Amino acid sequence: MSYKAKFKVWRGEGGEGKLEDFTVEVNEGEVVLDIIHRLQATQAPDLAVRWNCKAGKCGSCSMEINGKPRLGCMTRMSTFDPDETITVTPMRTFPVIKDLVTDVSYNYQKAREVPSFTPPAGVRPGEYRMKQVDVERSQEFRKCIECFMCNNVCHVIRDHEENKTNFSGPRFLMRIAELDMHPYDVADRQEAAQEQHGLGYCNITKCCTEVCPEHIKITDNALIPMKERVVDRKYDPLVWLGNKIFKRAK
Amino acid sequence: MEIERHEYDVVVIGAGGAGLRAAIEARQQGKRTAIVCKSLFGKAHTVMAEGGAAAAMGNVNPDDNWMVHFRDTMRGGKFLNNWRMAELHAKEAPDRVWELEAWGALFDRTKDGKISQRNFGGHEYPRLAHVGDRTGLELIRTLQQRVVALQQEDYENHGDYEAYIKVFAECTVTRLLKDGDRISGAFGYWRETGNFILFDTPAVVLATGGIGKSYVVTSNSWEYTGDGHALALLAGAKLINMEFIQFHPTGMVWPPSVRGILVTESVRGDGGVLRNSEGKRFMFDYIPEVFKDKYATTEEEADRWYTDQANNRRPPELLPRDEVARAINAEVKAGRGSPQGGVFLDVSTRLPAEEIKRRLPSMHHQFKELADVDITAEPMQVGPTCHYIMGGVEVDADTGQAAVPGLFAAGEVSGGMHGSNRLGGNSLSDLLVFGRRAGAGAAAYVDGLPDRPKIAQELVDEAREEALAPLERSGENPYEVHHELQRTMNDLVGIIRKAEEISEALQVVEKLKERVRMVGAGGSRIYNPGWHLAIDLRNMVLVSECVAKAALLREESRGGHTRDDFPGMNPEWRRKLLVCSTPDGSTVEVEEKVQPPMRDDLITLFDRDELKKYLTDEEMAEFDGIAKS
Repeated sequence: MSYKAKFKVWRGEGGEGKLEDFTVEVNEGEVVLDIIHRLQATQAPDLAVRWNCKAGKCGSCSMEINGKPRLGCMTRMSTFDPDETITVTPMRTFPVIKDLVTDVSYNYQKAREVPSFTPPAGVRPGEYRMKQVDVERSQEFRKCIECFMCNNVCHVIRDHEENKTNFSGPRFLMRIAELDMHPYDVADRQEAAQEQHGLGYCNITKCCTEVCPEHIKITDNALIPMKERVVDRKYDPLVWLGNKIFKRAK
Repeated sequence: MEIERHEYDVVVIGAGGAGLRAAIEARQQGKRTAIVCKSLFGKAHTVMAEGGAAAAMGNVNPDDNWMVHFRDTMRGGKFLNNWRMAELHAKEAPDRVWELEAWGALFDRTKDGKISQRNFGGHEYPRLAHVGDRTGLELIRTLQQRVVALQQEDYENHGDYEAYIKVFAECTVTRLLKDGDRISGAFGYWRETGNFILFDTPAVVLATGGIGKSYVVTSNSWEYTGDGHALALLAGAKLINMEFIQFHPTGMVWPPSVRGILVTESVRGDGGVLRNSEGKRFMFDYIPEVFKDKYATTEEEADRWYTDQANNRRPPELLPRDEVARAINAEVKAGRGSPQGGVFLDVSTRLPAEEIKRRLPSMHHQFKELADVDITAEPMQVGPTCHYIMGGVEVDADTGQAAVPGLFAAGEVSGGMHGSNRLGGNSLSDLLVFGRRAGAGAAAYVDGLPDRPKIAQELVDEAREEALAPLERSGENPYEVHHELQRTMNDLVGIIRKAEEISEALQVVEKLKERVRMVGAGGSRIYNPGWHLAIDLRNMVLVSECVAKAALLREESRGGHTRDDFPGMNPEWRRKLLVCSTPDGSTVEVEEKVQPPMRDDLITLFDRDELKKYLTDEEMAEFDGIAKS
């Protein structure tokens, strides 16, 4: 059941490049990453692609296939028509290093700006007691494989380089929600979510949820509840009064 | 061109569980620490671990304790394990798991709110702390976030996130450098730019994982090219147990492009059964003599065990991995395999669909997306896949130090802990326990140094020349050489081995060595996978020679080493370790070494009847003397 498929793959480095045409063999059951590997082995040994586990678990091989953010290892060739020309390009939101490999350091910078898990003083390792139902909310977000496709697709930064400084993207807003919902986390995260990480930029178009390969309901379960928590706090008269008194006492 | 140079106290190579845990420890002990890894931070092979981390916390069955875990580990390794490592591992694993929780890990819970523990092959009690079937991801993310937490602390105190711990991602180390017999540094290149980088450091911790990419059918990622094994050998350290390779019994067999991808043992731990094409649960026919009294002999008893473990014996599907892999191999060879050349693994008739999706979400997802198989409605087809190497750098159990001063190793790249066969779940706990110990060992070594070793310029020049060579010649395509190596190891030094085939493999490897010296890579130095592979090939070929040479010498079958021509286990061989070294940097020599006898208080944890299945008469006489006194 082999056939020859037509591919257009973006190739280039140092800010310049173009789509190159390839005709390449496809066998039963293969995924797009297999085809990229075949190109490396037979036609373009220096074709750069980032990958690792080839099993949808590490989130390395994020790319745009026919314009849609996808993991190369989880996109089966059988989802395309054999006559179709398949276009493979690097993630658009991040600067290209070479071919399909982008500079994703933005994501690691943002990760560093989220204060870490903060347990209460005095709880020793081994003493944590949590109900399954209470950990499940954060567990959903910890399924994240950091493919960064949610940040790649998010319109706030996809075509707006200027927003990158003030917006951490769905991935790290979800990380804040994960910590905020962790049964043992005591840090105050809501104000920072809004003020420093740009939660307010999100207008819940759900593009991030649509591209998540782990099917995490980023918008419904992380971003919207986080927005609600921020709003509750900001407009709750009791909280407002509390803040006033607390500030005065200081 | 100027080579970028960095000074550190400790350089950790590899950023999987072992590497990150080692780096965290070194940094916590005040050492300036670098983490160097081939992939992005947080992508290492540890993410693929599914089942869990074995630790005798006793949360599900209070009878569990370190002694039971120690016994299970020794049994699983067929008593060839470094017993001191197995002891430390069993004793310290619970603390290492609890510590992760204090760093933000969220394991699945028991009803009373503790960390839940699941059953796994070879473990007497439910012992694996887990998060569904994505435990490795939880582990690596927690450690990654702990590194970030330490960086945030350093930012507070020093105004620089990277003051004490820095990650050099997508950076490959190609040579370790020495001053006399001591480690003085490490040389490598940035994958992104192809520029060279030099680490000036007195201590290196190897945590590079395994060697699976020397095989065609493997559950391992591209990074598993035996880098740490080879770097250690080339630096003058020794490798032990290289003949022992674990073929995980259940890898995907179809479609061909995903062949080898892991199907977690949790499927069987949670009730899944293996059947052949005749619908028979064949594992009942493969219970070996040494395990006869520990496994159920009827399907009824086996099924009762899932709900009543006190009064029933375990199902034979949960035998150690080597036994199950050989059984599957034998069924397929006997013509009772599944249409695509495996056997059937069925959980669909054993658990309700919702329960399967809850307990095994990644497996459900993986089969659905990659093979169009709904595991809640039909059986999977599975077969053995190259999964783990028990062999690795010979280290001191307590500190992780290798024979070369300043060189440490932890996790899969080290050898001894798992003997001839690793139990599922013992890998994640291994890398936490020994990652921490190697980090501490390296820190203590640095503290004890009278003077800092110096890097000799000619070693740097040599390493530079070696790395550039493939770019400067127009030789053979490295992908072809790699492919031939994988085929050779898979077909001739695979799950079942015989002398003629291993000898043939060694001849091929010898020729491949020549070809590796001649491979060429076109293109520039910027992110050039062909060039990277050409460099990795040196490591793969060297390590493959170790595996084949040791496999040829060990004339018995034990754990992850099965000789068709020597089918039995031989007690004389249990005491012997095969030690690999390379005197000239390209030829591997193997020597026999006697394994020290187990400490008295440890050997007396076992029943006489069990020991006599493994020990020589002479050793039994010694045991009787100990038991009497």
